[in-house]
Amino acid sequence: MEVPGRWQDIDYLLLREGAMVGPGFEPCPELREALHNDLRILVIGAGGLGCELLKDLALSGFGNIDVIDMDTIDVSNLNRQFLFRMNDIGKSKAVVAAEKVMQRVKGVKVVPHYGRIEEKDDEFYRQFQIIALGLDSLEARSYINSVVCSFLEYNADGSPDITTIIPMVDGGTEGFKGHARVIIPGVTPCFYCTLGLFPPQVTYPLCTLAETPRSPAHCIEYVHLIQWGQERSGDSFDADNPEHMKWIFDEAFKRAQQFNIPGVTYSLTQGVVKNIIPAIASTNAIISAACALEALKIATMCCRSMDNYMMYMGTQGVYTHTLSHEKDAGCLVCSPGVPFEVDISISLQKFMELLMDDPRLKDKLSKPSISYQKRNLYMQAPPVLEEMTRPNLNAHLFELMDKSSGKLNVNDKKLTGVLRVSVSFRGQGDVVVDMDTAGGG
Amino acid sequence: MEVRNNNNNKYDRQLRIWGDQGQLALEQANTCLLNCGPTGSEALKNLVLGGIGSCTIVDDSKVEARDLGNNFFVDWESIGLSKAKTVCNFLQELNDTVKAKFLEESPETIINVNPDFFSQFTLVIATQMKEQSLLMLDAICRKQGVMLLIARSFGLTGLIRISLKEHCVIESKPDNVIHDLRLQKPWAELKRFSDEFDTEIDDSVIHKHIPFAILLIKACEDWRKTHGDSLPSTSKEKAEFKNLLSSKRRGVDEDNYKEAILSAYRVWSSPTISSELQKILNDSAAEVNMNSPDFWVMVAALKEFIANEGEGDLPLDGTIPDMTSTTEYYVTLQKIYQEKAESHVSSMEARVREILKRIGKDPQSISKSAIKLFCKNSRNVRVYRYPSLEDEYNSCIGGELQRLLGLEENRESGNGAQVMVGGEAAEKGSPSHAMDINATFYLLLRGVDHFAAAYNRYPGIFADEQEDDAMKLKSIATTLLSKMSGGSRAVLSDDLINEICRYGASEIHTVASVIGGIASQEAIKLLTRQFTPIPGVLMYNGIDSTTTILQLTTCI
Repeated sequence: MEVPGRWQDIDYLLLREGAMVGPGFEPCPELREALHNDLRILVIGAGGLGCELLKDLALSGFGNIDVIDMDTIDVSNLNRQFLFRMNDIGKSKAVVAAEKVMQRVKGVKVVPHYGRIEEKDDEFYRQFQIIALGLDSLEARSYINSVVCSFLEYNADGSPDITTIIPMVDGGTEGFKGHARVIIPGVTPCFYCTLGLFPPQVTYPLCTLAETPRSPAHCIEYVHLIQWGQERSGDSFDADNPEHMKWIFDEAFKRAQQFNIPGVTYSLTQGVVKNIIPAIASTNAIISAACALEALKIATMCCRSMDNYMMYMGTQGVYTHTLSHEKDAGCLVCSPGVPFEVDISISLQKFMELLMDDPRLKDKLSKPSISYQKRNLYMQAPPVLEEMTRPNLNAHLFELMDKSSGKLNVNDKKLTGVLRVSVSFRGQGDVVVDMDTAGGG
Repeated sequence: MEVRNNNNNKYDRQLRIWGDQGQLALEQANTCLLNCGPTGSEALKNLVLGGIGSCTIVDDSKVEARDLGNNFFVDWESIGLSKAKTVCNFLQELNDTVKAKFLEESPETIINVNPDFFSQFTLVIATQMKEQSLLMLDAICRKQGVMLLIARSFGLTGLIRISLKEHCVIESKPDNVIHDLRLQKPWAELKRFSDEFDTEIDDSVIHKHIPFAILLIKACEDWRKTHGDSLPSTSKEKAEFKNLLSSKRRGVDEDNYKEAILSAYRVWSSPTISSELQKILNDSAAEVNMNSPDFWVMVAALKEFIANEGEGDLPLDGTIPDMTSTTEYYVTLQKIYQEKAESHVSSMEARVREILKRIGKDPQSISKSAIKLFCKNSRNVRVYRYPSLEDEYNSCIGGELQRLLGLEENRESGNGAQVMVGGEAAEKGSPSHAMDINATFYLLLRGVDHFAAAYNRYPGIFADEQEDDAMKLKSIATTLLSKMSGGSRAVLSDDLINEICRYGASEIHTVASVIGGIASQEAIKLLTRQFTPIPGVLMYNGIDSTTTILQLTTCI
């Protein structure tokens, strides 16, 4: 299957020493073999970024790639998702993309998964050594981030256990702009640490839509959010149904005329209703390649990693900014534990109430179960366990935690992964820290 | 009609960026790609997907095993066949509306034997080419008025460079839109509309729907009455002005007052004519003649407009930001601004026609819609002029190199000590450090071509000569640097020289995809004449994922 000299270009990097390589890099032919035979990488999304990522990874020597996407191919994908053709419209993106890449790049195995990321269990995600994200929504990114960060375990000294880390590379684009970043859970900031990097979504006050519309978007959103429910409450609105979209456009057009507002077009209607993000081939290519290169570095250490976030702006010349974002030491998702200071006299029941009321956690918990080290302190289900652990509710948390500060694991149906809480007791903190240090030494 | 519709769907996501006019420009463009390795193939891929009119691939090599490891547009079955033909066929599959052609010939041969070949193209993308051929190609393209885009991947580094005499942009589409509201000098219609409002009115519904523009116009008038006709200028006065607005706000639900306070700065800092625009207005090209392009005729008209009916200002663009208001007030206000903008377009049109007549051209040769577009964007029109490659190579980039490498300060301080350039490359560092590394890579890529000219091969391609090559490259690059920086005694970092030799002139797919991607983006900006292009040489550093621009447009 292999012809000699095929990987000559990559081999220069893998077979030669350098001054700017990653930690522990040892040039040898086995690196490429491991990349091809042993390492497994998952690509999430087979759209604009995903198609590029699959090509880039296959041509970087990765031999075992999985790809997951729930979408089917649409005509508006064809200006950039270069693995798809007119006659692929309606088929699964993941399936077609995998086929096309295997056809062109001999020897690479691409396994497609046509479905939602939430349908896969932890064991699925644990199979991979690296995960590459080519997504267009904050929700999907947050979901994967919490799954991957929930695998993370910390050593007694507070350092992350490297055998539990699955590095991620993440890209995103909008028009001529984009970002590429490297997330090493426990080492570099996760999504949740830097949630503020994403701009807030545009929303309009309902009274503006209903009473004082001023822009074409106001008219469109009125029909979409209010008028549809009043006049077509029987139909559930589907943005992919052309008749539905046409109705919104017609009604918005009428409304705009009534108010003397110019500029309602079919294209704008689609843009507003579907929240369409403009997308072009070049930006996707640039961002995906930057991500795939980082994946190659992580897999082989043939070069040091980007540290850790690159912004790309291509409208006015080309401007990039690569910056080292900081981890949030108390991050709910990736930190060793969300810091929580409580009284020594507190009961488990009272502690759980405090958790539920905490502004950081309020929206994230409904019926938490709590464990300490390997012991269940309180379990909401099954009934047998609930009954067994119920007496703990009135016990002192301090006693339950062996009279020391420490980490509790909180599980809840509303959480994607486990929530780590770092409990310290008022007045006890200093003593306990000393004990820990002594134990560690 | 049906086809066009289908294309509108296919291109929907990009039409939202560059519009029908931009798309039309792409569809009318003829491009030529020199060498179709991964860098060239990736650049062209993005243009074919976007619907470029035609492309012609020039390459005389055959597909080899090595291409299968870094180029997606060749396959197993094509080994031994023409690479240009193979890549052309695979690219054609991406978009059947594009006319994809190929020529199995070496770019160097065409440059030497048939330079007229290039005159049929709008844009030439030259990839993976050496200095000597590029110099000749640049001279040919300049002579024939063809745009030239140079792209090169080299291991984990690469560069992009645009070369053309002049590129004029009307729709530069800056990220920050500046609204020109003229609140401190409302014209008669705007003043009349503002007079219809009474900020003391009892009706609370009306009070909270007076647009902020009107609130500011009125506040301005009041202020002038009590301050000897002047505007707030000190920070104390500005705070006072905002306080006056605040005092009229009847409750926190009055968003219009909140907007007025946040927009108060518009009263004392109205948009001015930028230094970039001033340079364009003062340029000798604005003294037009028979051979002047439409752009410069419109600049000449703009100059007259500013001096006459513009009263020192640019034509109004006619757009206003959204503001809390009733539909009726807002639409009326919008109309007042649009009508004023229309009247400015008419004045400009008259001047354009007059100028055209004066210089002996058809007065109708510039359409009203073109003039309108120019007026709407007059604040942000831009002109880029690039020095020839010959000028870059000989001298004009020297100052920029010195600046990026920090050699300038050193010389000025009279410090005769040797400076280490790209010295601590082994450590990651600040943005200025990235500049240092990237400027050094620029120098080394130049050095690599000189090496190739001297030894007929690239450095580092044979493992056992890697160290020897590094020494040779160092000496070549040091000479180059000294020549370009006026005899500086800078010493180049061995880490970076070794790194370049380590690469062995390899074309890594991901790097090629970044460089090809940026090249295609710049091609789109040049062809659509929208947004602004890279003003010089862009260096890409895949080690730290950084870029640095060595500015060239200031050289002219």
